Amino acid sequence: MARTVIVGASVGGVRTAQALRAEGYRGEIVLVGEEEVAPYDKPPLSKALLAGTATAKSIGMLPERAAIDAGIRCQRGRAATAVSLRERRVQLADGTAIEFDDLVVATGARARTSPWGNPPGVHVLRTLADAEELGAALRQGGPLVVIGAGFIGAEVASTAVGLGVREVTMVDPVEVPLSRVLSPGVASQVAALHERHGVTTRFGVGVTDVVPRSGGLEVRLADGSTLQAATVVVGIGAVPNDDWLDGSGITTDDGVVCDQFSRSVDDPHVWAVGDVARWWHVRQQRSVRVEHWTNAVQQAECVAHNIVHPADLRSHAPVEYVWSDQYDWKLHVVGCTDGDQQHVLVGGGAPERSFAVLYAAADGSFTGAVIVNWPKALVTCRRSLALGRVPLAQVRADVEALQPKSHGVRGAAR
Amino acid sequence: MAVVKADLGACQGYANCIMGADDVFDIDDDGVVVVLRTEVEESERARVEAAARSCPVSALAVEDR
Ligand SMILES: Cc1cc2nc3c(=O)[nH]c(=O)nc-3n(C[C@H](O)[C@H](O)[C@H](O)COP(=O)(O)OP(=O)(O)OC[C@H]3O[C@@H](n4cnc5c(N)ncnc54)[C@H](O)[C@@H]3O)c2cc1C
Ligand code: SF4
Repeated sequence: MARTVIVGASVGGVRTAQALRAEGYRGEIVLVGEEEVAPYDKPPLSKALLAGTATAKSIGMLPERAAIDAGIRCQRGRAATAVSLRERRVQLADGTAIEFDDLVVATGARARTSPWGNPPGVHVLRTLADAEELGAALRQGGPLVVIGAGFIGAEVASTAVGLGVREVTMVDPVEVPLSRVLSPGVASQVAALHERHGVTTRFGVGVTDVVPRSGGLEVRLADGSTLQAATVVVGIGAVPNDDWLDGSGITTDDGVVCDQFSRSVDDPHVWAVGDVARWWHVRQQRSVRVEHWTNAVQQAECVAHNIVHPADLRSHAPVEYVWSDQYDWKLHVVGCTDGDQQHVLVGGGAPERSFAVLYAAADGSFTGAVIVNWPKALVTCRRSLALGRVPLAQVRADVEALQPKSHGVRGAAR
Repeated sequence: MAVVKADLGACQGYANCIMGADDVFDIDDDGVVVVLRTEVEESERARVEAAARSCPVSALAVEDR
């Protein structure tokens, strides 16, 4: 019987296994994961799980019963260490090996480690164990210093405030939070949101060191100032878990290098899914690696289809989508929204807390949006992006038409 | 025929399900999913199940009736 081995048992791996069955795959499916705990989902780690309103059980992705029913053999607590393409085998840390017909690499990414060392009190956030340790630390109170104002850092700051931690400071060498995806105007509104909730922001200044000091930590900044902390969270990005493929003949370059079908450029039966995949995006005409939940799920569906239907290969060319929950704000980013593109603001029912910023390319076609607290606008924008090349004016009219009639608030154009 | 079920309390308005099957799912002004049809043909089941798998909070299920 044919066998697909999937290495990495989080959302990318689990959804590939499930989608294989949904596509009618009849072979064996083996899902290998290095963690001992049952597969769980990551977005809640910086939100509900850290806040204590979700549990390890409630964020589980594949209960044992569901795995058995779907015929998915789970191998927990076993890290993959190497692959032999010639022998069609994955080597595991416990010395055993599993043979495959198709191999799906879904090993995700790990938190970039602190360049300032790891004295007690310094945390990163990537795994359930990380979240549990950080949650326990935050329940001891503050002060908390968050280094890095990307999604994870901003969410940790917001959750910590919700937990009652006093003295929360966010530090980032760039001038505004979430600068990789937000234009400066929107980013400064996010900064203002944090400040309204009592978070101190130190943007535009880098960290030079983190040193243990009288029972706590001292964070030293490039301008010579220092911050005292009981807990420091380092949220400075993630690194793909592709080193275990070194020497296998599977090319990696900041992720497993794949063609447009998410298939390794070296072997038509090796695939990659999720945060660890770097694939050729046909619409963007460049190779990309994306660290977003929905991308992992869509890529899993695509790879499962391609394994089952080799004569009808599908390209993975998604429209980017990521969400983030901070305080009472739901922030959604779709498509391409960075840099200095032209953009317009459309206010929703309560324009100070619900709005959409729509972005356009030089030719006036709609490229992406940042949407705050306005799900209907999110749907409209995602639909327009899926169609492709819709004029900004059209999307703007469609979004403006969504305003709840009863409020009578006019969209503020900018 | 299969039956589509939604946990309206769990739904967080991510709209992934709508992108997967906008003939079955929509969203209301409060950002909660609306199931447009509770019954789907077997022939559409795979597509609707894929839409359900794309929900980040597992609020959707497609079950035998
Ligand atoms: C705290 C946090 C919050 C997030 N919030 C959001 C959000 O709000 N919205 C959003 O869109 N995205 C969010 N993300 C990103 C999203 O969770 C990731 O894009 C998604 O988890 C990627 O899934 P993956 O399966 O590719 O990789 P991962 O989730 O990284 O899973 C990889 C798995 O592989 C295992 N593994 C690694 N190496 C090996 C090996 N050698 N052998 C066996 N197993 C191995 C790991 O243990 C892990 O379980 C968040 C991420 C984090 C960490
Ligand atoms: S994907 Fe899930 S959370 Fe999002 S709208 Fe659909 S049911 Fe709600």
